[in-house]
Amino acid sequence: MPTLWLFGLVLFLAAAGFLAARMRVMTAVSGDRRQLHSLPNYYGWNTAMKAATPALGLLVVWLIAQPMVIDSRVATLLPDQAVSADTTLGLVMSDVRRVAEGLDAAVAQGVMSAEQAGSIRAEFTDVRDRLAEAGVALGSNVSSEVLNAAQRYRTLAATGMLWMTIAVLGVACLGLAWSLRETRPEFRARNVVEQGVRAILLFAALVAILTTIGIVLSLIFNTIEFFRLYPASEFFGSLTWSPSFGGGSELGIWPLLWGTLYISLIALLVAVPIGLFAAIYLSEYAGPKVRAFAKPMLEVLAGIPTIVYGLFALLTVGPLLLEVFGRDGLGWMQAGTAVMTAGLVMGVMLIPFVSSLSDDIINSVPQAMRDGSYGLGATQSETIRQVVLPAALPGIVGAILLAASRAIGETMIVVLGAGAAAKLSLNPFEAMTTVTAKIVSQLTGDADFASPEALVAFALGMTLFVITLGLNVFALWIVRRYREQYE
Amino acid sequence: MTEVKIAARGVQVYYGDTHAIKDVDVDIEDKTVTAFIGPSGCGKSTFLRCLNRMNDTIDVARVTGDIRIDGEDIYDKRVDPVQLRAKVGMVFQKPNPFPKSIYDNVAYGPKIHGMARNKGELDEIVERALRRGALWDEAKDRLNEPGTGLSGGQQQRLCIARAVATEPEVLLMDEPCSALDPIATAQVEELIDELRQDYSVVIVTHSMQQAARVSQKTAFFHLGNLVEYDETGKIFTNPEDSRTESYITGRIG
Amino acid sequence: MTDATTLDVPEAPRKRSLTTVDSRTQKRNSAEKRFRAYGISAILIGIFFLVVLLGSILFNGVGAFQQTFINVPVYLDPAKLDKNGERNVEDIKKVSTFGYTPLIQNAVFDRVTELGIDTPLDSAKDMKALISASAAAQVRDVVIADPDLIGETVEFRILAASRVDGYLKDRVFREDLARDKNIDAVHLDLTDALREAGVITKTFNTDFIFGADASESRAEQAGLGVSMLGSFFMMLVVLILSLPIGVAASIYLEEFAPQNRFTDLIEVNISNLAAVPSIVFGILGLAVFIQFAHLPQSAPLVGGLVLTLMTLPTIIISTRASLKAVPPSIRDAALGVGASKMQSVFHHVLPLAMPGILTGTIIGLAQALGETAPLLLIGMVGYIATNYPDGLASGFLDPNSAMPAQIYEWAKRADPAYYERAWGGIIILLVFLLTMNIIAIILRRRFERRW
Repeated sequence: MPTLWLFGLVLFLAAAGFLAARMRVMTAVSGDRRQLHSLPNYYGWNTAMKAATPALGLLVVWLIAQPMVIDSRVATLLPDQAVSADTTLGLVMSDVRRVAEGLDAAVAQGVMSAEQAGSIRAEFTDVRDRLAEAGVALGSNVSSEVLNAAQRYRTLAATGMLWMTIAVLGVACLGLAWSLRETRPEFRARNVVEQGVRAILLFAALVAILTTIGIVLSLIFNTIEFFRLYPASEFFGSLTWSPSFGGGSELGIWPLLWGTLYISLIALLVAVPIGLFAAIYLSEYAGPKVRAFAKPMLEVLAGIPTIVYGLFALLTVGPLLLEVFGRDGLGWMQAGTAVMTAGLVMGVMLIPFVSSLSDDIINSVPQAMRDGSYGLGATQSETIRQVVLPAALPGIVGAILLAASRAIGETMIVVLGAGAAAKLSLNPFEAMTTVTAKIVSQLTGDADFASPEALVAFALGMTLFVITLGLNVFALWIVRRYREQYE
Repeated sequence: MTEVKIAARGVQVYYGDTHAIKDVDVDIEDKTVTAFIGPSGCGKSTFLRCLNRMNDTIDVARVTGDIRIDGEDIYDKRVDPVQLRAKVGMVFQKPNPFPKSIYDNVAYGPKIHGMARNKGELDEIVERALRRGALWDEAKDRLNEPGTGLSGGQQQRLCIARAVATEPEVLLMDEPCSALDPIATAQVEELIDELRQDYSVVIVTHSMQQAARVSQKTAFFHLGNLVEYDETGKIFTNPEDSRTESYITGRIG
Repeated sequence: MTDATTLDVPEAPRKRSLTTVDSRTQKRNSAEKRFRAYGISAILIGIFFLVVLLGSILFNGVGAFQQTFINVPVYLDPAKLDKNGERNVEDIKKVSTFGYTPLIQNAVFDRVTELGIDTPLDSAKDMKALISASAAAQVRDVVIADPDLIGETVEFRILAASRVDGYLKDRVFREDLARDKNIDAVHLDLTDALREAGVITKTFNTDFIFGADASESRAEQAGLGVSMLGSFFMMLVVLILSLPIGVAASIYLEEFAPQNRFTDLIEVNISNLAAVPSIVFGILGLAVFIQFAHLPQSAPLVGGLVLTLMTLPTIIISTRASLKAVPPSIRDAALGVGASKMQSVFHHVLPLAMPGILTGTIIGLAQALGETAPLLLIGMVGYIATNYPDGLASGFLDPNSAMPAQIYEWAKRADPAYYERAWGGIIILLVFLLTMNIIAIILRRRFERRW
């Protein structure tokens, strides 16, 4: 692993720089640290920082950029006929990469000499067999174009690595030399180091923004790719969802959206009354002992992973409902997996979510409001219904919207509990499916990654992201404004 | 001489382990403004809150002793605090209008107590209460606007109107002017003077001038004890207890 | 204010006794009682659901911790296992599990005859339904490890077939046999007899906790061990990345960030990321780490990266709360003796906030440990996680599963025997989560300061 070695080398340079700078400044004042502007270690850190940071930054950028540059250079090498009708450039390129990796492995294991790897011809050697000896299995025989490209890929990669090593070490040494030169007793090392640390802190805070950008970009690019293969008007207009991997799929989003909303609605019908009443009881009636017991009990429900709820839906709630509403009971239900199953279980999951958010919000209604109402002779429930709840209403609406966004984005419960059939039906005892469940099934199947049947998952993800983001932003805004009102 | 409205005997209040009110005896007269004065933390508000059992809403508070309104023990088991509070209205230190319209604020009490048979009657009750609260002229054109949109003084008068709307017999006021500016204070004080026509008013205040201006009788509390209770004029000119004298001359407080 | 009297309104009867409760108040009081009852029932319903959930986990999952074994002496026939008689390991390895199956079947059959059990099953081949398909591999592994055993009769504790196991755990019933092509009533009779004789025993199943996953038809062999390691490596990545990044980001936002729109943007961003559905992070991982950066699929490293991004907002939010809880007087005191802002934060504020930060981190980790949806998209399901990682690099980079993904995988196999494993897996997962939460609570109780 030359990259790891390079990384270690840079760190070593930084450590050496630390010691050198510390020594240099201490000898400059002949050991009397009172004459220094900063503590001696700060001089060391200054040097270490300047040696390591730019070099490691360059290393990271290079590692990201190099494959892209090489890919595009190699791709131009491939003759047009290598990319025939039944494959895409992406697939051929991944073949090229795999062959190149195979050659690397073969050289590493001594099956081939480095020279051979660079010069074998597909016309004369069965490359597939030779690579199999090195433990690299290839799906098909290697065409000469691919082999050529792979060899070119290897040379380019090797040169790239060489230059990268030179550049990174050069930058590290340059930083080292420059910072050692400025290491003088009157140099304000602490201030510079603190500037550096501050930059690192800022960068950490930026990870959140980078994550969002990453999400948005990965959704957008693939969604655009999907709409290039499948018309957007169909996606948003069609009422049928029937993907078939052979082609000719109908990928209308409405049945999925309907399933999502229906299940979320049932979940909210379960969670909102129970959660809200629990919150009211806990914040207005319960004594400290009941509160100390019941509140954590409900919160345990929130700490249970969703896979557990999924299994609970599939294996406990589903069969139970089937017994009551199924063929032996009322005859409304065909199978255990249904909108009702998933909705009920999701509702249970959301109870603590609704109750703890509402609890906070009800508690932030000022006591003066309650006193005013009691002073007029209102009972506690009248006070709650007519004064506290109206006052807390915006906050509670915000909490319910957050719960709705949770329900819409929930995956495991619907994957296991809701069924797989995309339907536009009103019967809550029928199996339906949701946006999230289909994202999972379209991306975990055997579909070719570049087919519309797989790419549709990104368009679904985009829809999901936009809906939940809208709900969240709106709900957080309501809640924040509500809190400010009573602060 | 007016009749005694509220008679308290041997009242003790404990907040957890703190003994907040120590053995207080007092007779509060009808159609009179009675002022409770004393340094902060002396227990005057606590005692006030005993009179309509608002201390019931605080878990750790415990009240013993005997408080009678019109001869009936208000801590009797059979007494519903809800009914008691309809009879003994309360106005708080900080104006606390509900986040509802002005109309709904005033109509709240009459509605929960079922005082109006129809919308017309309710309208009349609201108008009468707002007139009593000296707010009608300012509010009559904006009855449907939120009560929180009024100025501080108007809000406090709204709270008074709200309390009056349930037709109480006693009106308790816990430092009703402490959050108001001087002009609003003057308006509220004028209002208190007028309310004396119909109600027994008990007002807690930290301002001796206010007590002197509005009240006929004054009670001085100190460290949970009722030190002295007499005609306002006498308390302020010729107090019997040395502690009262120290307080009104500004040496303790 | 005398104009009040000009309104002609019937006066409500003013003098009412306080001690008689009027009918309206009675009604209001019963409404009060009803309302309070709604509240209590809401809480009871919530707790009821919790009890049902935990109850069904325990009821269904405990079985996975027990396993049925058949204890028989197996004669390791040299004629079958080592034809050359040289005890050469390479030669012995050439004998596949098919060579071992008859030996085991004979051993069980011999035991049955020896015990004189009356059964219509009259050949060794008929024993097949009792024995797990993995028993042959079990015996073969022992032989390859010690070729000198060949020729001897060795006492083995071999896995019973999944149906036999299920029969003894009340998962397979005689009424269902008509639809079952794997086992007959005579086999169950024999099972009863062998259990009576102590040949078939049910014991604690350590292999379920530490073993590897098994193929679809061998539920009795499947274990959670490999995916547990997968989860472990993933949590390592999450911890190593999210703690420093989360703390650094929180310090920046809480102590250094200027009040401007850019800071607002970061803050709004973080609170929104905390509410983004987890599956979206899976899409991010698929597109960025696998599609774009060509990191290996199904690798704990990638899973860890995805979960890090998902956990960061939680950790940042709780870390900021603990930084905020450190009173400004501490900062002032440090600045007052001439420390720089950076020194006051790193020398004084951060150490004081550390217990709170660790508590938040552990809770964030627990959340990440139970998360499944994003792992599905980066390929941590759909195959059999049988290989223990051999070393650090392999632990991070080789395809593996994770505990919740493994549970999902088992749930998908649609076999009651695997359902039992899934429930059992949940018990193990919940034990981990419980432990982490208890540690967090203890940390909070012991070190939390109230300022």
